[in-house]
Order: sequence, then C-alpha cells, then structure tokens
Amino acid sequence: MADKTETSVNFSSVPVMLLLTLVSLPLVLMYAYLFIDTITNSEAGSLIPNELTLEHWRFLWETRPGKASIWLVTLNTFIFAGGITAVILIVSSMAGYVLSRLNVPARGLLLAGVMVLHAFPSVTLIISIFIVLQYVGLYNSLIGVILVKAAIDMPLGIWLMKGFYDTVPWEIEMAGLVDGASRFTVWRRLVLPQIKPAIMALGLFSFLTGWSEFILPQVLAPGSQVQVLSVYLASLIADDNNFDFATFKAVGVFYVVPVLILYVFFQKHLMNIYGGGTKG
Amino acid sequence: MRILLDKFSKSFGNTKVIEAMDLEVGSGEMLALLGPSGCGKSTTLFAICGIHRPTSGRILFGERDVTSLPSQERNVGVVFQSYALYPHMTVEENIGFPLTVRRLPAGDIKKRVADISALVHIDKLLGRRPAQLSGGQQQRVALARALIRRPDVLLLDEPLANLDAKLRLEMRSEIRRLQKETGITAILVTHDQVEAMSMCDRIAIMKEGEIVQIATPSEMYNDPRTAFVAGFLGNPPISFLKGKALGGAFVSGDGNFRLPLGSLRNVGDGRALTIGIRPEHFGPSGDLAIEGKVAFAETQGRENLYDVVLADGSVLRSIQPVRDDVKLGDCVRWNLSSEAAFVFAEDGRRL
Ligand SMILES: Nc1ncnc2c1ncn2[C@@H]1O[C@H](COP(=O)(O)OP(=O)(O)OP(=O)(O)O)[C@@H](O)[C@H]1O
Ligand SMILES: [Mg+2]
Repeated sequence: MADKTETSVNFSSVPVMLLLTLVSLPLVLMYAYLFIDTITNSEAGSLIPNELTLEHWRFLWETRPGKASIWLVTLNTFIFAGGITAVILIVSSMAGYVLSRLNVPARGLLLAGVMVLHAFPSVTLIISIFIVLQYVGLYNSLIGVILVKAAIDMPLGIWLMKGFYDTVPWEIEMAGLVDGASRFTVWRRLVLPQIKPAIMALGLFSFLTGWSEFILPQVLAPGSQVQVLSVYLASLIADDNNFDFATFKAVGVFYVVPVLILYVFFQKHLMNIYGGGTKG
Repeated sequence: MRILLDKFSKSFGNTKVIEAMDLEVGSGEMLALLGPSGCGKSTTLFAICGIHRPTSGRILFGERDVTSLPSQERNVGVVFQSYALYPHMTVEENIGFPLTVRRLPAGDIKKRVADISALVHIDKLLGRRPAQLSGGQQQRVALARALIRRPDVLLLDEPLANLDAKLRLEMRSEIRRLQKETGITAILVTHDQVEAMSMCDRIAIMKEGEIVQIATPSEMYNDPRTAFVAGFLGNPPISFLKGKALGGAFVSGDGNFRLPLGSLRNVGDGRALTIGIRPEHFGPSGDLAIEGKVAFAETQGRENLYDVVLADGSVLRSIQPVRDDVKLGDCVRWNLSSEAAFVFAEDGRRL
C-alpha cells in the first residue's frame, strides 16, 4: 500500500481514476439498481422509483407456505460453509505437513494424484456421489454434502499448505525436537504458527466457495430442512406460480451481504493466498 | 557427562559421510570439531543430538547407550548455526520453551528464564521477538534456550559464524565462561581455527568424515600428525617445500639447498618428501640461510608478512616484527630454523 501513495507524488492518478470510473459505471449502476429495486416500487417501464417499500423484504419475517424459513436456510448456509472450512483446514494443514516433511513413500505420485483430483469438474462425479450418499444414508443431510464439497476442494488446500510448509526452515523443527517437544507439539506449537497467514487465507477462501456453492447442495441436499441460500434462491425462480422479481433481488442482496463483509474485513488475508510467503 | 562415539558411521543413501569414527569427549570438556566445509561436522553433531540416526555404531552418554534414543530423551542443548529461534514467540517464550513442553509450573519457568537470561545478559530483552534483536543478541537467546534445562551435553554448530569480528571475540569468551561455570560437556563445530584454538580444551581435526588428529591446541600446533593438520592450523598458514631425501638431509627440488635433519637419518635416499615451515621460523634468525625474492609484503600493524619466492619457484612465508627496509621485489637472504621444520612423507604423514 505504501508504495502506491508514493507513486502519486510524480504521477497524477486523476486521469486513470476517471477512466476506471467511466468503465465501471455500468456495473456500479447495476448493483445500485439491484439494491434500489428491493426497497422501492416503480411504474412499469420507468427507471425512477415512485415509492419506498419494505414489502420485498417480507421474506425476512414471513415464511411462505411450502418454503423453509429464511433464517433456517441462512443457518444451514453458515453450517455448510463453516463445516467445509473446518474440514478443509484440519485435513489439509495436516496432510500438507506430512507431504512436505515426513518420509512419505511415493510422495511424487501422491502429489500428482491429488492434483489430478483437483482437475475433475465436480459435475462429472455427481451421479456416483449421489448413489454413494444414498447408500450410506447421508443423502439430504448437511454432513453428507459438507463432506463431498470439502473433499472436492481439498486438493487445492493440500497443495497450498504443502507449499507454505516448504518455506518453514527445518532448523525450527530440529530445535523443537531437541528441546524435548513431540513431533505433534512441534507441528502445532512451532510450525503451524509460521503459516498462520496461509491458514487464514485458505479458511476464508473455503468459506467463500462454500457460501457460493450451488450445484452440490441442489442435487445432494435439496430438502427444505437442509436447504442453503443458493438453493433457496434458485427455488424462487423455479416457482412459476407466484414469481416475484423484486423479492428474488432482495434475497440476492441478502445472500451477498456476508460475502461483502468478509471481503471488506479480510481482504488483506485473502491476498496472502497468492503471496506464498510467511509474512504478516 | 562423557560422550563416546564408537565406530559411528553415517551415510545418506549411497554417499558415505562418516565411516567408523571413534571419538571421546571427557566430562566437562570442551572439544572443537574443526574441518573444511562438507567434511561431516554438522552430521556428527546431528547424530549426537538424535536428529540423524547413525547407520551403524554406538553413541554413549556416560555409560548410557543413547544410539536409538529419540532427541527428546537425550537432554542435549543445541545452538544451531542459524540460531533457529521461534519467530512467533517472545524471547521469554523462546527461552522457556524447553521447560514449557516439560509442563513445569509457570512460576518456576519464569524464575529460571530470569536467571539464565541474566547469565547471558539479555534480561532486558525478554519482551521482544527474535526479529527485533541483533545477531549477537539472537545468539545469546539461542544459548540461553540451550542451557535452560541444564543439558548434559551442549552442542554448538558454528555459533559465531554470523557475527562481526568484535562481537565474535566477546562471545567467544562468554561461551567459554558459561561452559566452565556450568561444567557442561560441550562440542563446538567450527571451521575457524582461531575460534577452535582459543575456546577449546582439545581440538579434533576432521577431513572427509575422518578424524585426523585429536590434541590440545598447542600440541596440535607444535606436533601435527599430517601435512593436512599442519596446513589447517596457523595463521598465516604454514608453507610447504617439495624435495627428496639425500644422505640424511632434505634436498629441494632443484638441488639448490640442503637441509640436514636428524629425523631423516633412517630414510632411504631419493624418497620424495615435503617439509613444512611456519612463517615465524623463517626470518633474520635461524641456522640455514636461503635466498629468494620478496613477492608479497603486507603490514598487519604490529607485524609484517612476506612471501619469498625461492629459485625453484616455491614460496616461503615469513612473519616478522615491523621493519621498513625490505620492499617488494628485493632479494633477501633469510634463515630457517631447521629443528622447527616438519617433515612429511609423500602421503602427508609426518616422519
Ligand atoms: N541430508 C543429506 N543427504 C545427503 N547428503 C547429505 C545430507 N546432509 C549432509 N550431506 C552430505 O554430507 C557431507 C557432510 O555434510 P555436513 O553438513 O556434515 O558438513 P559440514 O562439515 O557441517 O560442512 P559445513 O562446514 O559447510 O557446515 C556433505 O558432503 C553433504 O553434502
Ligand atoms: Mg555444518
């Protein structure tokens, strides 16, 4: 950040800002109208709203017949995204360490295999996963879809963690062992703190992908008790009988707000995922 | 506590680094492992502290066989070359870590950290993190962390390599003082011969995974067993002349000078020899005159250093009290002290 303000001393940023504003204006307008439309009514064909209203946000306090309560759905989404984050963090922080540091037979093959898994689009697996989940009785449950989504996102996490562990100096671990700590303590107390920025970044990343995941919950957990926001949103459009465009938009806004908040607060940490160092 | 390496060998895959090394370090002794880069000093150290498992052989602490004991159960303090401080912990947490993992009460830890940090003069820095310390301070933190749990054995892997000359001098005496005060058996790895000679009771010189000689610093200097040892100790280094034996004397390659030596009485004529002459044994005083041309002159303040090229092209170094009558390119006639010359056979062994 610091060097950006420094460049402005001998380089005026005004023209660039103008250009960027102009180019992004349509996008900004779209977002603005997305929000404005949810709290106003306007005459058909007119862009200028003529009355303020909260009727499109009714879904917050009224549960429509045949639909799940929005709060239950929101809770489900948090459980879904949070569960994915927890599973991915726990497994890949351990697997990454093992792959980076311990004597794993056929490590190269294993790493390549993990990468190939990552290359599979999840849609291609969905039928077989569906059958497996039905078979083990996890179909239409949050746990089932959390496990599936976490497993599909895991390869990236493992690779990322391994890369970060590779940058932690060996001597720290040797010192820990000589100081009398067990291998597990060395990992948890000495090595893990060195890659905290990576953990933060991977956690946020997993949470966000979990939050926006649609196809897996749609297919594997469609029941109204385990619905997540993306599926709920889709069900609004699918509902031909009482199609309400403004409510759809309001739910959409409601859906992105947590994401926006996360971005605003943790943007710096998210950048770390591409930084690759142990800074911060 | 005594350390004994018994036929210790270590290989990494197919590369044999150390083969059948025997080494004994007496209780309370400080031993220097000295040798060129890559000769296996760190490997030896890592085997003693349990990070590397020996390929074969035994390691004993006192009478206890620790060969297959993991690091955690050996009670060895190690100062790594890079210090290996834990970056996310304060100095206090760093030093206390060995006690924390032993689950000592927090009060005890605090007290012992205070004691040990006073000993190494870092008691004012306890709240800082390693990144906020100078190299010398980091080194002392590493030392304190190695000493706090009162180890039986202290291992130092080039602990002074990263310090400036003045600090190095200070830390040298400080480490020696601490080692004597605590009575710990210590091994110091270094490739700086001055460090080894000034800090340690005995020196072990290593070459390609073998210990060539173990002796006290002065024995090692005055009575080297091989040409390698003679060449390794001493600054400025010893100079070597090649020649052969002839009638109980050393004769230089071109036959220009004869050096009668008692030790050559039983050596057959024509045998190839090398003699080593330390710079302090070549100068105005001595019993055998040699002529040559000054090819290099340098003053070190109190002393002057000269390289003299002889007629056959070999070089003798000389160190003398400061004088300004000899200049580069001058022809000089200086003397050797013949009894101080070391004679080595072709394979480097001393005769
Ligand atoms: N993990 C390893 N795998 C393979 N070879 C190794 C390994 N560790 C060390 N070696 C080899 O063993 C030899 C001795 O290494 P070591 O680190 O003990 O040298 P050193 O005497 O400490 O040198 P330096 O003074 O440069 O630190 C070197 O030739 C090195 O290449
Ligand atoms: Mg080394």
